[in-house]
Parts: sequence; structure tokens; C-alpha cells
Amino acid sequence: MLGPLSLSLAAGDCLCITGESGSGKSQLLRAIADIDPHSGELWLDGTPARDIAPEQWRRQAGLLPPESSWWLPRARDHFANGMPVALAQLGLAEAVLDQPIARLSSGERQRLALLRLLANRPRVLLLDEPTANLDAANTRRVEAVIDDYISTHGTAVIWVSHDRTQVARVANRHMELEGGTLEELAMEPRQ
Amino acid sequence: MITLDTTDLAIASVLVLLLALLSIRLRTGLGGQLVVAATRTALQLSLIGLVLKALFASSHPGWVALLSLFMLLIAGREVMMRQERRFRGWWGYAIGTISMFLSSFAITIFALVVILGDEPWYAPQYAIPLLGMLLGNTMNGIAIAMDRLTQAAWEQRNIIEARLMLGERWDTAISEYRGKAIRGGMIPIINAMAAAGVVSLPGMMTGQILAGAAPVEAVKYQILIMFLITTGTGLGTLAAVSIGARHLFDKRQRLCLDRLRGT
Repeated sequence: MLGPLSLSLAAGDCLCITGESGSGKSQLLRAIADIDPHSGELWLDGTPARDIAPEQWRRQAGLLPPESSWWLPRARDHFANGMPVALAQLGLAEAVLDQPIARLSSGERQRLALLRLLANRPRVLLLDEPTANLDAANTRRVEAVIDDYISTHGTAVIWVSHDRTQVARVANRHMELEGGTLEELAMEPRQ
Repeated sequence: MITLDTTDLAIASVLVLLLALLSIRLRTGLGGQLVVAATRTALQLSLIGLVLKALFASSHPGWVALLSLFMLLIAGREVMMRQERRFRGWWGYAIGTISMFLSSFAITIFALVVILGDEPWYAPQYAIPLLGMLLGNTMNGIAIAMDRLTQAAWEQRNIIEARLMLGERWDTAISEYRGKAIRGGMIPIINAMAAAGVVSLPGMMTGQILAGAAPVEAVKYQILIMFLITTGTGLGTLAAVSIGARHLFDKRQRLCLDRLRGT
């Protein structure tokens, strides 16, 4: 069980949440995305979530789960609204869009899932270990794309990570989830 | 018409017993079930024979309504029992029963009033067999469709939730599985219509012919029944799958698999 806990983010914040496996990090992100039932209250720009249609809420508070899911044969079919970021920025070739999804590596699928989410132009990004399947070079590319997205759109980000060095690279705030509550940790100035 | 006596039925039951013995010898685990099911058939049908005999003699609308209601409730229960992951609580029962009421009851009354036009319209020798045929046949379609729907929601939960996370509405997120479930429920009756008279002689028509009816008359009834069953199955399946799909999500359009058993 989570909570009671309280959390507020400003535009442009990148909050990293760390914590042991099973401490409820994913559960927290799913509750904020309103995918799981919860007894908490959520606001976006002063409007309570209950006054916003759920599909609108989820477009604005976009969740990237650890494993991506696809329902059409090729990745390209999932991008009806075009590409938000050039594929090359994420180290992907144009050809991956037309291969059968099952042929793509988990890392390729993960990066494509991030693009698919960004295409919705979410105001809040909820990232559940977005670089878990990636090598060092692609991890840096994903970090750069997200950083770029934050500065362009003033997005607020909650980033669940297990990697302390990543936290130091990407976050301006850091919280630890333990025993169902969040504790804010001091941040080194961003590198 | 050749009247059957007890000896004729006893000979037929020996066949089933032989099959049961063979099943036991082959260790299929079906021997016992076969005997129980055959005994149920004999008992239930004998009982309904007696009930129908009494009902035809009285023709009171109250009795017709009571028997119809009883048949509906049993059918609603059967629909629920055939699903591996059915809805918890009274919902599981209600969805089956409501959709069977819509399909079988509505279609039976329509056929009795508009097509057959007997006086009185609820005459039990038409109403009860017609309702029975419709309940029995639409039940299959509804059970298959609901089973497909709940299975798909369970197995494809990640995809459904991923679509919700990307801001799709619940009905878009589940539309593919809803469509597949409806098709699954409708295909058996569509196949039955396509094969009727070519691959198979439908049971009701065969029964009428064996009982001495003119083949052309039997065929007309069979066509009528087939059309009614198809419409009933279609409406019932649509209703059950639509209500079921909505009930898989809560007010905030979250996928609620805890509403299914076996979760």
C-alpha cells in the first residue's frame, strides 16, 4: 500500500524516484496516470483529475510502462500523428518502422514506445525505467531527447530509475520511495 | 408415425452404455460423465414431457409464463457456467440472463404474435418449444462470445492498458476483442445455416419428418426457426458483449480484471 504521500511538480521539473523493487514506484506512476484505482487526488494546473475525462487526463499525464505493447503489425501503424522527434536522435533507422514488431529488439521497441508517447505531447511524463533495456550510448540518446523535450515544452517528468548515476545526470529533484512514503533527497547541482 | 415403446429406448440406451464401457476401458475419464449425462437427458426430457402434457391441457398463461421464466433462469446460469473467467457476483448471472431475455424472449414473442398468429398467441404448444429452441441455441453463441471477451481481456491486458495510457477511450481500446468475441458467437449459427440441408439435416426438421409431417412443411418451419435463432443469437451476443465489455472498465475507464473470477 502506498501513502499517505503528497507530491507537486513544477513545469520543467525532472523528479527521479528511486526505491527498492516492490516499493511501489510503478504503482505510484499507474495511480498518477489513473490506470489503477486509487483514493488519491490529482490536479493538473489547478484542475482536479475528476473534472477531466480519463482519456484526456491520460493524454496529458502520459505513462511509459517498462514493457511496451503493440497492437498493429508494424511500428509505423502506431504513428498516425507523425513523428515527434527524428528517429536518428534515438539511434533508430527509418527501416525499423516497417519491420514486423516481433522482429524488433526490446531496446528498439522501448525507444519507439517513447516516441509514440511523445507524439501525444503530454504535459507530464511518467517514465518507468525508460532505459532499462538500453546500452550506454542509447541510454544517453534517450536522456538527451527527454531533456530536449522538457526544455521545449516545459513538461514535468517523473522518472523511475534504479541507476543513481542516471539520477545525477537527468534529475533536478530526487525522491526515495520507502515504506509507502516519499522522502526528498538533496541533489547535487546538475552536471 | 411409428410410435416408440420402452423397449426401443432401452435398445438405444444399450448403445450409450457400450460407449461408456469402451470409454472406461480406454481411460478417457468420460465413462462416468457419459452415463450421468445420458441419465439426465432421459430424466429431464421425461419430466418436461409430463410438464408439457399438463401445460397443453390447461393452457393457462400464468403457467406458460412460469415455465418460460424457469427456462430463462436455467439458461442464464448455463451461459455463466460455461465461461472460464466469468464476472464475479450477480453480474455474471445478470449479463447472460438479460441478453437471453432480449434475444430469446423478444424474438419468441415476435414470432408468436407477428408470424404464427395463433389464438391465443401464448398457446403453449408453440410458445414453449419455440422458446426452448431459441434459448438452447442462442445460449451457445452468447456463452462462446462472453468466454472470448473475458479471455481476451485477461490475456491482452497489457495491450488494452497501453492503449488507455495513450489516451484511447475504453471502447476503442477493447474494440478489436469485442468484435472478435461477437464473431466467435455468431460463426456457429452462420455455419449451421450454410450447411443446412447440404451437409446436415437440422434436428427439428428431421424430428417433424420422423413424426409424419410433410417434408415441405417441415422445411418451412426449419427455415423460420433458423432465421429466428440467427437473429436471436446476433442480438443476444451483441447485448452480452456490449454490456460485458463496458463492465470490464470502471467509471474512470480503468480495466478492472478483478471483476472476473480466477484473477
